[in-house]
Amino acid sequence: MSNLITVSPSPHVHTDESVQKIMYRVVVAMIPALVWSVVVFGFDALRVTMIAIAASVGFEYLVQRYIMKVKPSVTDGSALITGMLLAFNVPANLPWWIIIIGAFVSIGIGKLSFGGLGTNIFNPALVGRVFLLISFPVQMTSYPAPAGSGVDAVTAPTPLGLLKEGLMNGQPISEIAGNLPAATDLLMGTTGGSLGEISALMLIIGGIYMLIRKVITWHTPVAVLGSMFVVAAIFWMIDPEAYIGPAYHLLTGGAMLGAIFMATDMVSSPMTGKGQLIYGVGIGAITMSIRLFGAYPEGISFAILIMNAFTPLINNAVKPKRFGGMK
Amino acid sequence: MLKTFKLGGIHPPENKFSAGQAIQIAELPKVVSIPVAQHIGTPSVPVVAKGDKVKVGQLIAKSGGFVSANIHSSVSGTVAKLDLVPDSLGYPKQAIIINVDGDEWLETIDRSDALVKECDLDGPSIVQKVNESGIVGMGGATFPTHVKLVPPKGMKAEYLLINGVECEPYLTSDHRLMLEKSDEILVGTCLLMKALNVDKAIIGIENNKPDAIRLMTEKASKYKGIQVVPLKVKYPQGGEKQLIKAATGREVPSGALPIAVGCVVSNVGSAFAVYEAIQKNKPLFERVVTITGKSVQNPANLKVRIGTPVSELITAVGGLPEDTGKVISGGPMMGKALANMEVPVTKGTSGILMIPAKEARRNEVQPCIRCSRCVSACPMGLEPYLLMTVAEKNLLERAESERIMDCIECGSCSYTCPASRPLLDYIRFGKSRVGALIRARKN
Amino acid sequence: MNMTIIYTVITLGAIGSSAAVILYFVAQKFKVYEDPRIDDVEGSLPGANCGGCGYAGCRAFAEACVKEGDLSDLYCPVGGNDCMSGVAKILGLEAVKKDPRVAVLRCNGTCEFRPRVNAYDGAATCAIIHATYSGETGCQYGCLGCGDCCAVCEFDALHMDPVTGLPVVDEDKCTACGACVRECPKNLFELRKKLPKHRKIYVACRNEDKGPVNKKACEVACIGCSKCFKVCEYDAITMGNNLAFIDSDKCKFCRKCVPVCPTNAIIETGFPPRRVKEEPAESTQVTS
Ligand code: SF4
Ligand code: SF4
Repeated sequence: MSNLITVSPSPHVHTDESVQKIMYRVVVAMIPALVWSVVVFGFDALRVTMIAIAASVGFEYLVQRYIMKVKPSVTDGSALITGMLLAFNVPANLPWWIIIIGAFVSIGIGKLSFGGLGTNIFNPALVGRVFLLISFPVQMTSYPAPAGSGVDAVTAPTPLGLLKEGLMNGQPISEIAGNLPAATDLLMGTTGGSLGEISALMLIIGGIYMLIRKVITWHTPVAVLGSMFVVAAIFWMIDPEAYIGPAYHLLTGGAMLGAIFMATDMVSSPMTGKGQLIYGVGIGAITMSIRLFGAYPEGISFAILIMNAFTPLINNAVKPKRFGGMK
Repeated sequence: MLKTFKLGGIHPPENKFSAGQAIQIAELPKVVSIPVAQHIGTPSVPVVAKGDKVKVGQLIAKSGGFVSANIHSSVSGTVAKLDLVPDSLGYPKQAIIINVDGDEWLETIDRSDALVKECDLDGPSIVQKVNESGIVGMGGATFPTHVKLVPPKGMKAEYLLINGVECEPYLTSDHRLMLEKSDEILVGTCLLMKALNVDKAIIGIENNKPDAIRLMTEKASKYKGIQVVPLKVKYPQGGEKQLIKAATGREVPSGALPIAVGCVVSNVGSAFAVYEAIQKNKPLFERVVTITGKSVQNPANLKVRIGTPVSELITAVGGLPEDTGKVISGGPMMGKALANMEVPVTKGTSGILMIPAKEARRNEVQPCIRCSRCVSACPMGLEPYLLMTVAEKNLLERAESERIMDCIECGSCSYTCPASRPLLDYIRFGKSRVGALIRARKN
Repeated sequence: MNMTIIYTVITLGAIGSSAAVILYFVAQKFKVYEDPRIDDVEGSLPGANCGGCGYAGCRAFAEACVKEGDLSDLYCPVGGNDCMSGVAKILGLEAVKKDPRVAVLRCNGTCEFRPRVNAYDGAATCAIIHATYSGETGCQYGCLGCGDCCAVCEFDALHMDPVTGLPVVDEDKCTACGACVRECPKNLFELRKKLPKHRKIYVACRNEDKGPVNKKACEVACIGCSKCFKVCEYDAITMGNNLAFIDSDKCKFCRKCVPVCPTNAIIETGFPPRRVKEEPAESTQVTS
């Protein structure tokens, strides 16, 4: 075999891109946000991330090896990403066993039950997250206070939580605003929240890296953030006392994390740029309606999952521009 | 801004090692085997028999129909036999095998190098002569040129496009030809314009060949109606439809021929062959072939007689490198891998490429991660990942409605897929099945 | 309160009954008359929808049986004679009787007999290899070994043998539906007469090249020497394209041709061992 001449159909040259390279680039892009969360939440952040990664990779290996009886494909890096994203979506003080349950749901149900990488309809990390959010609402929404926040508080509410609570109590924005962290804090990420969502800046850095390395295209993030901005701006202009400004919405509650890292998941997002725009606008609109009118202060996870379900439909409806016109 | 086509396209590494090598004349082989089916269309019919003496340029097989081409002897000698010889796919095809003896050309052929510009033939006689000389598209498609020169009723050509793009990596034969035979190509272009009765011709050249662009532009200014258009490097710009789009902005409708938008495309090699056929009375029996590869000692551009075994060309550039894992006839994107080095060079062989073993095998196939790179690479705006799936599942109607027949088999999708999926393998298979379905429906 | 309930019931009832009336008339209008015997015939078919009869599934075949009014051109190879006589009974017609058949692979180019001369690397289906080139060995007529046939077999009767690289027919499961015959791009399958104890004699080769060429490509190729043709007393062997062919309907299974083949290209299976102390041809058997 070794010295026989190879024959194969054309083409005979191929890119040096590979699934692994793409996946590891996503991992690299998440590192700034991870580093920042360690700075803010201390060693706990690293602990949660490590447990989530180990559990995801482990479950992927075990399920593929012993239940699906296929060659395990853990080296492709997709389980690693799922683990990291799951960790990014939970509070830094989450007990280890909840993380493991989350990883199991992500990998086992969100990914492998659909057939594994490439065939899952929903973003696996989000399936895990939403499952945890519904099953363990208390643990999932009590966020540790960021280090150096001055107060010795054990938990800190998220900005969006504060906002929702204030509005529920009938306070106008101008009153609540005093309690809310400033926009610069949100950008840097010195507020309460899930592990990876706190610093918009770090997430944007990661996003730019992915754009440059051609892992993602601009369509999805721009559509998500753009539509959120527009919806928020409209309501804010109608009544600035009842609705907070659009910039605030973009910087809080995982909007960046969702738009840059989770909505852009290649497997569960549409194939064409146009499709991604529709998908992104859908996510933005649903997120905003949950935030403004729903019971949860935060909604991007649900929005992404809902739009994931529409992805096959969008793929069918939105075709790339064909050469030679449409027939 | 340089012109190029809009949709898709890729940038494979160019590796044009032999670009600086002047065209040399290959040694005469001892035996040639000239297949009678070297072109698209009906195979030609042999007109010689065993034992016949032939001269260089003598007709040995007559065109077998309208879409077919004459074949001329590339050597002088005796016809040894008519036999089945494996073609580049390994399937036996009829061929005329000639034992070479000396190098005696037909007296009618003008062997001088002098440039002949004037020609008093009218359009139809040029077409006639092109037909007689067995000229086909020499970029690899091997479509008989005279057929293109007679537009179907009701259609009129407006532009003649001469394809000097050579977008395939490694290959340099057209590039060298443009540098060394620029005037001849231009005269050939004029003859083709006359045959087609058009007054505008565009020569498209990618700007990784600045020397050729400069030379051709300078020379073209002396010929009326010929314009050289530099194009941005992007594969597959040499595809007919992509070239038309890049050079004229027109888009050939799905399923139609270039003539539908008033264009006729011809390769520079064919333009040169037209020049030789008409001004020098020399039918098509030799061509320039690039012999190259990463570990090849002396990559070269050789002028080769049709029917020469590929193995002799490999010997001419220093033998098959030790580490060779694959030998390709044509370019790396659309060429065919050879299993047998004894296959003959034909009118469509633009290059012989030797790929080292470590690059010869594909990576392990992984599941599609829906990265949509294949979709953005496809110059025809198709969705290769989807076409592959429907072809694999034999969903032919769906494949047809997803326009599988538009695929030009450029291989951009397979090239670009990070999961190393055999996209084009399945698409090609699907195309053949859908093609059969469409034919069956017509009958 | 009571009135609300009554109104609701009345309105819903009215909507329901008017819809029923409309549906009834629509159903009447678009009703297609179907011969009830089609259902009966379909019920007596095996229901494998394999297409072995030449129709797109059992229902189509049943329709054809009823419509034709004559069963001489119609045969379900899976159900066989029993099934067809059942169909004939329902329709009051005469069924043709056919000998049971079984699929046979006419290639014995195992890895041992037919060395590889190049390595294929691409989508692993026979159809794609066939379109790409002549194959990994010197024989362009032989099995490509990717198992397209196994994939189309609805009856689990075909499996690739990892050692020989050739598919093996499980004769007890093979229904002679012909799916593999249609699928194989090299046309290697033939439906031959089925004998008890899996007895078979056939030329396991389709190589049409001349002797010296195919001998080089494969040790057990038929070289077209006509020795078997000469020895056969029953006219069962024909020569053509450098290839011998044994007609399973004419063959009397005397086994005379087997030992004369210089390349052991004729395979016999299911027979008791020979008593004569001649060189046995057993060594070439792959199916037994
Ligand atoms: S081979 Fe066909 S499907 Fe693939 S990129 Fe080229 S035209 Fe598109
Ligand atoms: S390039 Fe490959 S992995 Fe990406 S979408 Fe196309 S087939 Fe799938």
